[in-house]
Amino acid sequence: MATVTFDGATRIYPGSDRPAVDHLTLHIEDGEFLVLVGPSGCGKSTSLRMLAGLEEVNDGRILIGDRDVTDVQPKDRDIAMVFQNYALYPHMTVADNMGFALKIAGMPKAEIRQRVEEAARILDLQEYLARKPKALSGGQRQRVAMGRAIVRQPRVFLMDEPLSNLDAKLRVSTRTQIASLQRRLGVTTVYVTHDQTEALTMGDRIAVLKDGLLQQVGSPLVLYDKPANAFVATFIGSPAMNIGTFPIVGDAVRIGEALVPLTREVISAVTPEDEGKLVVGFRPENLEQVTAETAGAIPVEIDIVEELGSDAYAYGSLKGDDPETTTLQGGSLIARVNPRSVPRKGETVYLAIRKGEQHNFSVATGDRLPD
Amino acid sequence: MPQALTISTVTPDPALFDLPWNLPLDKWPKDVILALPRGISRHVVRFVKVSDRVLAIKEIAPYPAAREYALLKDLTALDAPSVAPVGLVTGRTTKKGVSLDAALLTHHLQFSLPYRALFSYRLRPGMATRLLDALALLIVRLHLLGFYWGDVSLSNTLFRRDAKEFSAYLVDAETGGLYEELTEGQRAYDLDLARTNVIGELMDLEAGEMLEDNLDPIAIGDFLVSRYEQLWRALTEEEVISVDARWRLQDRINRLNDLGFDVAEMSMSSSTDGTTLHIRPQVVDAGHHSRRLFRLTGLDVQENQARRLLNDLDIYRIHSHQEGADEDFVAHDWLTHVFEPAVRSVPRDLRGKLELPQIYHEILEHRWFMSQREARFVSLEEAVKSYIANVLQHRRDESELILADTLQLPAADDVPMD
Repeated sequence: MATVTFDGATRIYPGSDRPAVDHLTLHIEDGEFLVLVGPSGCGKSTSLRMLAGLEEVNDGRILIGDRDVTDVQPKDRDIAMVFQNYALYPHMTVADNMGFALKIAGMPKAEIRQRVEEAARILDLQEYLARKPKALSGGQRQRVAMGRAIVRQPRVFLMDEPLSNLDAKLRVSTRTQIASLQRRLGVTTVYVTHDQTEALTMGDRIAVLKDGLLQQVGSPLVLYDKPANAFVATFIGSPAMNIGTFPIVGDAVRIGEALVPLTREVISAVTPEDEGKLVVGFRPENLEQVTAETAGAIPVEIDIVEELGSDAYAYGSLKGDDPETTTLQGGSLIARVNPRSVPRKGETVYLAIRKGEQHNFSVATGDRLPD
Repeated sequence: MPQALTISTVTPDPALFDLPWNLPLDKWPKDVILALPRGISRHVVRFVKVSDRVLAIKEIAPYPAAREYALLKDLTALDAPSVAPVGLVTGRTTKKGVSLDAALLTHHLQFSLPYRALFSYRLRPGMATRLLDALALLIVRLHLLGFYWGDVSLSNTLFRRDAKEFSAYLVDAETGGLYEELTEGQRAYDLDLARTNVIGELMDLEAGEMLEDNLDPIAIGDFLVSRYEQLWRALTEEEVISVDARWRLQDRINRLNDLGFDVAEMSMSSSTDGTTLHIRPQVVDAGHHSRRLFRLTGLDVQENQARRLLNDLDIYRIHSHQEGADEDFVAHDWLTHVFEPAVRSVPRDLRGKLELPQIYHEILEHRWFMSQREARFVSLEEAVKSYIANVLQHRRDESELILADTLQLPAADDVPMD
C-alpha cells in the first residue's frame, strides 16, 4: 500500500510545443480510489502512463510512497496494470491461471498457494480453484483475471479504461464489482475513464483534466455541487448542467425574459473583463415550477418531455431570448419535472432556480465566483 | 432511435451487407462460418468467405473497435508486419432492436498459422526457438516503427513459414498505440509483458501435455528477451570506430544486411580531435533480401525465402558459368529456366498446400536430402517429381487450414472471454 504523488509532473511529446500533461500536482492517499477523467486528449492516459513508467517525465517528479520513481523501470515500480490482458489459459486450472506470474518470479509454492487462496476468497472463487476456465461464467473469468493482478500484491493498481471493451450491461455490473473489490482490498488505485458517470460512481475522489491541466480534484459530491469552473460544471453530471452567458442588468442577470437577482458577493466579484456578462449554470434538478408572478420566474416553452418513470425531463427554449446577448449552451434548457404531472409540448412553464443552487462563473476566466 | 447499420471499409464490397449482422457473432449459422484455427481470445472471433476472400471478424465494443481499426490502417500504411484491416461494422441491432457490439474485419493472412496449429503433437525445442526468433524480430520491427503493443503474446501473433524459419505478424492491436518514438519504459514494459505472456502460454501447453519434457517455459521466455535485446542493440547501438578503420562502417552495414535490414539513414559524427567516428543507424528497414529479390526478379516473397532463392540464384550463376555476367540478366535466366519451370510443375490442386516460394524452398531441401541419401547428383526435375509424390501430396492444405486438420490438434481449443 502506498500514497502516490504527482509533483509538477510534465510530459511534452517530441515535436509538440504544448505539454500533454502540464505541471500536474496531485496527492493520492493510501488506499484511495482516484479517477482521472476528461475528454479525449486531456492528458488523463498520459498521466497514468507516466505513473506506470511508460512515458518520460520531462519535468517534475512522481513518487510512490516516499520513493521517487521518476526514473525507475516499469517492472520495478511495484504497480499492476489491470485488465491489460485477461485471456485465460484453457489447460491451466483457475489457481494456476491466477498464480503463474508468481511462479515465474520464483516464489515458493506454499506462498503462491497462500496468496492465490487469499485472492480467491476475496473474489469469491474458492470453490473454482481446481477447475478449468471453460467451466466458468463470463463474470467469473473476469474475476480470475483480476486475481492475477491481486496475487502480486502491488502497491498501486492502474486501470486505463478497463470497461471500454465490455457491453453496456456488463459494464455496469463490472463497475460495481471493481469499486467494491477495491474497497475490500484497500489498494491505492488510479483509474482512467472518459465517462463521467463511471467517475462519479466509482471514485473516492475525481481529478478532472482538460488540455493537460488539472481543473479540479474532489469528491464526486464536491465536483457536482461546487464545480470550480464552467468546464467542470458542464463535464460532470448527466443530463448536463444548463449553462449560458447572460447580461447583467443592475443587480440581476437577465435569463430570457426573467431578471434573476444576484447576491452582493457575485456582483462585486465581476470584473471589467467580464464586459457586463455572467456565465450562469443550474442543473435540471435545481429548477422548480412556479407561477408567472414569482420573482425570477423564467418562462420556458416546452419542446419535448422525456418520461423515465421515476423522473421526467422537460426540454424547452427560453422565451424572450435575445441571441445577441445570450448563449445557452446546447440551445435548449433542461428541467427535471414532476413525472406525475408533466407539461405538454408547446406549453409555457415558469421555472425558478432554487435558492443557493445557482452556479456563477466569470465570463473572462471561466472560474467560479463566490456564492 | 435505432442507429443504421454502417460499414466503413477500405475495400468496398456490397457482399459485406449480406452477412447476418443482426445476429451475435457466436450465433452465426454454420454455412456462413469457415472453420479456421483460432487463438486464445477474449473476444468472439469467426472467419467467413466474402467474394472469395477470407475475412476474420472480431466482435468488440464500438469505441475500441474504431480505435483498433484506425491503428491497423496506420500500421498497414507503415508497411508493418500486421494483418490488414478490411472494415468496421457499427450500428448492429438484432431484429428485436437490441444493439450489438461492433465488428472489426481483417483479411485472413493466407498461409498463416496460429502457434498452436504449428505443431501436430508436441512443441519441440527447435520449433520453439524458431517461433520466438520470429516473435523477437516482430517486436523489434514494431518498436522501430514506434508501435507499443501492450499485449505481446503468441496468441496475438500469426506465423507463416519462411524457408527454414518463420515470420511473425501482429494480429491483435487492441491494446497498442503508435508514437513518434517509444520510450525506454514502453519498450521495457512491452518486453516484460511479452515474456510473462509467452511463459504463461507455454505453461498452458505444459499443463495440456503438449510441451516436450525438456523444454523449460521460463528459459524460453528469457530466450525471447535476450534475442530481442541482441537484435535491438545490433540495429540501434552507437559504435565508435577509428577514422583509420573506416571499413568498419561497411562492416556494420553488412551485418545489418545479414540480419535482413537495409540502412536508410546512418548518422555519423567525428570526435573533436578527429580520430574517431561515432556511427549509429538512424532508420533501418526490414526486408533487405526480399527487396533485392523483388528488384531482380519481380518475385514478392518473405525475407528468409528470399535469402534462400538468392542463394539458389548465386549457385545457378556459378554452375552456368555466368560469374562475370550482369546480375539482372542472370536473375532473368534463373527465373525463366529454373524457378518457374519448377513451380509450374506443381499440379494446381496441390498449390494450396504451401506458398509457392515455400514449395520451392522445400524442393531444394528435398533435393539435398535425396543427393545425401543416394550419394549422387540429383537434378531439379527429378527432385520436383519426387517431392510432389513423396512429400507435398501428404501435406495438409495450409492456405486456409480447415478444421478437419485442426481437430487432430489437441490444442485447437479457444476460450472466448465474453
